[in-house]
Parts: sequence; C-alpha cells; structure tokens
Amino acid sequence: MAELTDKTIAGLREGIRGREFSAREVAEAYNAAVAAARGLNAYTVETPEDALAAAEAADSGKATGPLAGIPLGIKDLFATQGVATTAGSRILKGFQPPYESTVTANLRRAGAGMLGKLNMDEFAMGSSNETSAYGPVISPWRRKDGSNAALTPGGSSGGSAAAVAAGIAPGVTGTDTGGSIRQPAAFTGICGIKPTYGRCSRWGIVSFASSLDQAGPMAKTVRDCAILLGAMAGFDPKDSTSLDVPVPDWEAGLSSNLKGKRVGIPMEYRIDGVPDEINALWDKGIEWLKDAGATPVEISLPHTKYALPTYYIIAPAEASSNLARYDGVRYGLRVEGVKTLDDMYSATRAAGFGAEVKRRIMIGTYVLSAGFYDAYFTKAQRVRALIKQDFARAFEQCDVILTPTAPSAAFGIGEKLSDPLAMYLNDVFAVPASLAGLPAMSVPGGLDGQGLPLGLHLIGPELDEQIVLNAALAIEERAGFTARAEKWW
Amino acid sequence: MVVSDYRLKGATGEWEVVVGLEVHAQITATASKLFSGASTTFGAEPNTQVGLIDAAMPGMLPVPNKECIRQAVRTGMALEAKINPWSRFDRKNYFYADLPQGYQISQLYHPLVGEGVIEVLVDEQDEGSAKRIGIERIHVEQDAGKLMHDQHATMSYVDLNRAGVALMEIVSRPDMRSPAEAGAYLRKLRAILRYVGSCDGNMEEGSMRADVNVSVRKPGAELGTRTETKNVNSVRFVMAVIEHEAKRQIAVIEEGGEVAQETRLYDPDKGVTRTLRSKEDAHDYRYFPDPDLLPVELDEAFLQECRASLPELPDAKRRRYEAFGITPYNASVLTADVDIARWFDSLLETGAEPKAAANWTASEYFGVLNRLDLTIEQSPVSPDQAGELLKLVGDGTLSGTLAKQVFEIMLETGKGANAIVEERGLRQTSDTGAIDARVDEVLAANAAKVAEYKAGKEPLFGFFVGQVMKAMGGKANPKIVNERLRAKLKS
Repeated sequence: MAELTDKTIAGLREGIRGREFSAREVAEAYNAAVAAARGLNAYTVETPEDALAAAEAADSGKATGPLAGIPLGIKDLFATQGVATTAGSRILKGFQPPYESTVTANLRRAGAGMLGKLNMDEFAMGSSNETSAYGPVISPWRRKDGSNAALTPGGSSGGSAAAVAAGIAPGVTGTDTGGSIRQPAAFTGICGIKPTYGRCSRWGIVSFASSLDQAGPMAKTVRDCAILLGAMAGFDPKDSTSLDVPVPDWEAGLSSNLKGKRVGIPMEYRIDGVPDEINALWDKGIEWLKDAGATPVEISLPHTKYALPTYYIIAPAEASSNLARYDGVRYGLRVEGVKTLDDMYSATRAAGFGAEVKRRIMIGTYVLSAGFYDAYFTKAQRVRALIKQDFARAFEQCDVILTPTAPSAAFGIGEKLSDPLAMYLNDVFAVPASLAGLPAMSVPGGLDGQGLPLGLHLIGPELDEQIVLNAALAIEERAGFTARAEKWW
Repeated sequence: MVVSDYRLKGATGEWEVVVGLEVHAQITATASKLFSGASTTFGAEPNTQVGLIDAAMPGMLPVPNKECIRQAVRTGMALEAKINPWSRFDRKNYFYADLPQGYQISQLYHPLVGEGVIEVLVDEQDEGSAKRIGIERIHVEQDAGKLMHDQHATMSYVDLNRAGVALMEIVSRPDMRSPAEAGAYLRKLRAILRYVGSCDGNMEEGSMRADVNVSVRKPGAELGTRTETKNVNSVRFVMAVIEHEAKRQIAVIEEGGEVAQETRLYDPDKGVTRTLRSKEDAHDYRYFPDPDLLPVELDEAFLQECRASLPELPDAKRRRYEAFGITPYNASVLTADVDIARWFDSLLETGAEPKAAANWTASEYFGVLNRLDLTIEQSPVSPDQAGELLKLVGDGTLSGTLAKQVFEIMLETGKGANAIVEERGLRQTSDTGAIDARVDEVLAANAAKVAEYKAGKEPLFGFFVGQVMKAMGGKANPKIVNERLRAKLKS
C-alpha cells in the first residue's frame, strides 16, 4: 500500500468508506507529516486534534458527508472559530474569530477536518508568499542544478500549494483575487480552480478586493478539485454577491471526452519575454485537447494588454478601503503610548502592515482620491467591462480557453521581492479571468529544463466550471504528470 | 406661492437669508440595522446592540435590510419624489474611532430617491402662506457610533450601539428664506415621516437631526458662500442657528471680510456656532461603489406595494377635514401630528359630527391634555369614550356646560359618559313647564332689570339666561331657556 499521504482525496474517501484504513489513520499520518515538515513554513497554526475529531466522527459513522474523515489545510484568510486567523499579517496576530467562514463551515458539514491554517502572502497580496508576517513558505520543489536554492511556491496561496505538493495536506482551500490559486498551483505541480465569482461565499474570508476575491480548492488531481469545490460552493444569504444558483455535481459530470468542443487560443497571450518552454507546453496542451476531441480556434481578447494595469487599480482601490478597519481600535494589534487617535492609527498601521500591503493601500488611496478618481478608477471600471465583453465575444466562438498559467516556473526566494512590477507580471495570464469573474483552473502540464512544474490554464464561461474541469482532466490524463518534489525537508 | 419678506438689517442695508437643510432621519420602523440584524433600541447599555458586521470584524459582509429600503421608498413617495428603480451604495472613506469599517456605507452617485417637494404653511393659521420647498434627494446610509470622553482620565471609549443604524438623509434645495420657513419645513417633514411611519421624528433621542446650510446675500443677488452647521437636534435650535449664522455672516461681510466655506457646530448653551473644520481640512472621502453590495433594483410590484401601503398624508387629511366643514385652523391642528389625527379619525368613526367633534377636540380635549401635561399617547380618554360623550351632546341629553361637567367626572373616575349621566342625573331637561316656572321667578325677582332690558339694554338677556340656568341647576336645555325668555320678555 502506498503511503496514505500520497493518496488523492478520492482514494482516501474510497479507502475510508471501504474500511481499507480508518480516517483516524489518515489523520494521524497527515498530522505526523505536518509536524515533520515545519521547515517548509507552510502552516501558521497546526490543529491535529481538529483533524482527529473529524476522523473519529467519520470512523464512528457520525459523519457521512462526501468529505467524511478527510483532513484539509485551510488558508489563513478563512475565519476559523477559535483558531487564530491572521491573513498572514502582524496586524491580526493572535486574532481568534468567534465565527466560522461559510466555506469552511460547508467543508466541516461535509465531514472534513482541519490540519491547520496555511501561510500566505499578507492579506493575499503577493505572488511568492514572501510578504507573509510569518516569513516565506519554502517550496518543496528544487531546481536540479544542485544549488538547493530555496524557491517560492508562488502566492498568495503559497502555504496551500506547498502543503499539497509536499503531501502534508490532501487538499486545501485557497483564495484567488488575481491568480492566487492558479499561479501557486502551477509553481508546485498541483491543480487549483477559481470558480465563477459568487460560487463560493466570501462571508468570513478576510477581504482583499471584494469584487475579485473568490475561494477555491487546490489538490493533487482534477477530480479532487471537483470534489472539494462541490463541498465549498453554494448560495449564502450572508454574502450579497453570492450567486443563488444550484451547485452541479461536478465530480459526476467529469468527462475528458471533448468531442465537439472548441478550444479558444487567444493570440494576445503570446507575450514577448515568455520562455520558449512555456510556449512549447502551451502548444502541447493544444495537441492534448485535440487528442481529446476538441477543435482549437484562434480567438482574440483585444483588451488583455490592459488587464494587469486595470487590476492594479481596482484591487488596491478596494483593498485600501477594506483594510481601513484594521485601526487598532477593536481587535488585533494596537500600538500604545501615543498621544492622539491619529497617532495611534499611524503607529498601529505602520507596525502592523508589511511593505507590499502599505504599497497597495497607498496606490488604492491615490486612485480613489479627488481629482484622480475618474482618470484611474472610473477608467479602470470601463476597461474591466471591455475585458468582460472580450470574453463574452470569445465564448461565442469557443467553449473553453487554453493559456499558460504563469509566464515562468517558480523563482527563487528574494529574486523579485525588490521589483514589484516583475512580481506583478506573474499574474499576467491569470488576471483577465479574475476581472471577468470567470471560472479558471491550473493543471500541471510538465516540467521545465530545471525540473520545475509548469501549469496550463483553462478559462470557461460564467458558471461553466464543468468544461474547465473536463478540459483540465483531458490534459491531466495526457500529460502524465507524475513528478513529485523529492523530499528534502 | 409667497415671497419671503424676512430681511436682516445690516449696516449696508437689508440682507436675505438662504437656507438648505440636510435632515438625517433614522428609520425607526425596523428594529434592526441597515446591514446587520443587530437591534436599534434607544438607550441600551453601551455596546450591547452590536453585530459582527457593525463592529467590522474581519470577513464580515453587509446584507441590506429590505425593510429599510422599503421605508425610504415609502418616504420618498410621501414627498412626491422620483423613486430610482436602480440605485447603489457607495463607500465614504474616513478614519474615526466611531466608524468601525473605516468607511460609511452611503449613496453618493445613485441615490434611492430623487427630486421631490414639501408644501409648508409658514404661518399655520394662514392658508396664503403656503410655500413649496424642493427636495433634492433622499439617500440611505449607516449611522456612526458614539465616542464617550467622560469614562476615563486619558482615554475615550466607543459605544457602537448606533453604528450601522439606518438613516435617511433628506436633502432640501436651498429654498428657505427665513428661520420660520425652515421651522415650518422641519415640522412638516417630521409630520410626514411620522404619518408614513418610517421615522418616529424623535429629535431628543437623535432619531432626527439636521445639518443647516446658511448663506446671506443682498436681495436678488447671487448666492453667497454657505456654512454648514452639523447635527442640530431641535426645530428651535435650527431656527436659532439660522438667525445667528446669518447675523454672523453679515457682520463678517460688512466688516470687509469673506465668509469661509466651512463646517460649524452649534453650542446651544451659548447660542452661538463655532468652526469645526475649514474647507482646507475637509476630508477627501474617496467615494466609490461598495463592492460588497449589488445595486438596489426595485421592480414594479414592489413599488406598487409601497405606494398602496401609504396612509392618508397630512395635506390630504386636512383637505378631507375641511370638506367636512371643519375650520382650516382646526383641520391644521388636528392633522399636524399623526397620533392626534389617528385619535381624531377614530373619534369620527364613532359617528361623531365632524365640526362639533373638531371644536370639542381642539378646545376641550386639548385643554385637558395641556392642563394635565399629557401627550395624546397618554390620553386619559379613548376616542370611543369621547364619542359617547359627544353623542350625548348631539342628541340634546347634555348641554355644553353639562358636557364639561361630565368630562371632568370622566377624567376623575374613568367612567363612561352614559353611566355618569345616569348616576348623577346630569341629564339636560327640556321640560318647558319647569323652565317656564323658573323664568317667571327670575323675571319677577328682577323687575328693575326687566324694565332696563325693555328700555333697550339688550345685553341683560345673558344675565337672565344665567339666572335661569342657575335656578335649573345647570340642567336646562339652553335653547329652550332662550326661547322661553325671549317670549316672556316680549309680552
């Protein structure tokens, strides 16, 4: 029998149901793996008792849901009742919410347990997990040049991605505002899907940019993502932007037969400076989908080139306002010993927020300020509408869109930290789907010359997660991606 | 339409005052806040009416309270205003300890309610003093919490009970030209809100307060620079602010200065306003659409229900009363407040004759309320009890004098008018035999006065009536006493 921590969620589910092994054994195996992998810095809090309690409930037959006895890692952005929830920020250090996010409550109702809280870029702002107050997550992957240089797992769901890749969680929650599920999934050779905006409730998820934030699962396989997403999604009256539509059984709908489906290849995504290896993988992806029965069609998404600047106006604008509540008055960090209220705000926020968060708050404050609002924010909203329109037109010609997930493989820790623009470019392929609120997924496609994973990116029409999952499944089956990070930690 | 002749005299001549009001009216029709389920009870212990959303806990999201939207729409309809079927919430960003989110959810760009109008009588007794004051818009927004500076030597405490409470901001056009007009506008607006039921209009408890915009100009000249005096919480104070501010501005200008566009505060103890913050210190609120909320879209069925749910409003009620023959003054008094109007409508439902009922209510009944210092909610008699009394007057069982007596006994004993009449024999008598006998006695006993009367001193008639009534123990039907006296005096 392969190690329990190598199994997929589907495999664990089957094994627990068939009494091949107990949920307790699964929880114990993962708890041990988590404790043994602290060198990755993936978890900010470990909750082994929580995983064991869920396992007991599954083994005793009390929990019978689709995730009965499956232990999961939870990104630190999700409020977990009584368990520190800090969004990777000093300003929330030690904050224990008296409430549970809707998504994690849904997962618990499905029978899942929690292994712990996963490290992330502070307030989900970053693409390398280096902005976390807890320090960077180290990717389990290493280049094969022998340098043993520490690589980033991507971000912002870096702890989530590293945990799945290192086998210290069979599945995890992530959140994606502009690629924060998909880019780290690509960097670590796993699957991750951001569903249609509004599929998963945002209630209880610490807000970054409300009109973009969306929760989604990350796991080893496409099927596991389908299973997890089914448990996470659903209408929530506590979130006004939640979609009141039925949740399909995505797992039951999985099919890699793409006969009659058209795959859109956006010409604007052939970007200068993207390594040949990435473009070569993209071409392979097209071949794989053809092999699955699909027809490639060239499409145009003409406003793609404005997506990144548009995103870096809208997301910081919303963030500057969403983060105003961290003021030291009611919870979290407060710097004392100052004279006035304004001084307390300044001192608290100066000490509590890291450089990247401060940068975005300042950008956001600037683009919303009198005299600049129309030139930046209003204009960006218009471009956002055009980008949405681009996709709507494209989906008249195709059923799903294929692109690379990220313009490079994982980079080294520290390599891009001093160059925010280079860092922001990581999400160049991911951001358009975020702005349009569309379902999008990264699936592993292969390794680069250094032996690092590369991902392929599928974008579907609104509410059609199924075509995204199915196309990803077709790639998964054909790519034969079985590489795993060699254990060094 | 009247043109206000209110002028203030300065050293350089006469000045005209221009006033606009922004009234914040709490939606008291609902027991919960605009975006959270927390309660809004006034006077609760600090921080006992606070939900996770109100405290802006991480990850908490606002969900609009539909009843608040409905009440604001009904209010707009009562002000004959345009209801926008598509509106949106915006965030007004600023830092203050009483504002947990760091922004107030309000409506800047697309308010729920557009232009409307309120017709006021500047002088309630003068139908000719009617004036129409424009409403620019009504938007819905959250209230902030309250800082408490007297709880600790060096720190301020925050009470979030009010944080997130639903307010309607009702913005007038700068159409008022005197303190009296502003007072009339506020009273009328308050009356309409109370009729609609959206806001209880309780200014002491802060459920209604006004920001007062004042500027001065030479009559007919361009608008002057305005100041805004925040959070004034009584009609009297609003009127005082206008007068004080206008005089202050005139003095500034006449001394060669310029009025600064600024926000001011009213000090009711000293009766003056002072600068809160100047234009330079004004916040940049960085308004933008709240991404946590969807636009508010109202369908026709919803709007129809809102319209159908509106009660008869003061102006319509007043016209109806006047059509009954009730005097304009009485109609105005009886419709000025919804509780009085409701009480009076119930009285009319007992079958009371409207004019008599109006006269009795406006004089006898209000007289008693005044004397006992009671509000209509604390009314010592129900409309049914009053109807029973008025019926006895209407059918001649009681004279006006007897009715007063019976009413007093009702107040003392809580008993019904019929029972009192029966028990105490206070029934009016039309027994002409008994009356004639007393008339004869009175005339015989006052022969000298009879002679004077016959010689032309007609006012003595009242004296005779009084004497007869006295002799009858107040129970004689005055109409018959009059008839019999006249007949006897003629002969």
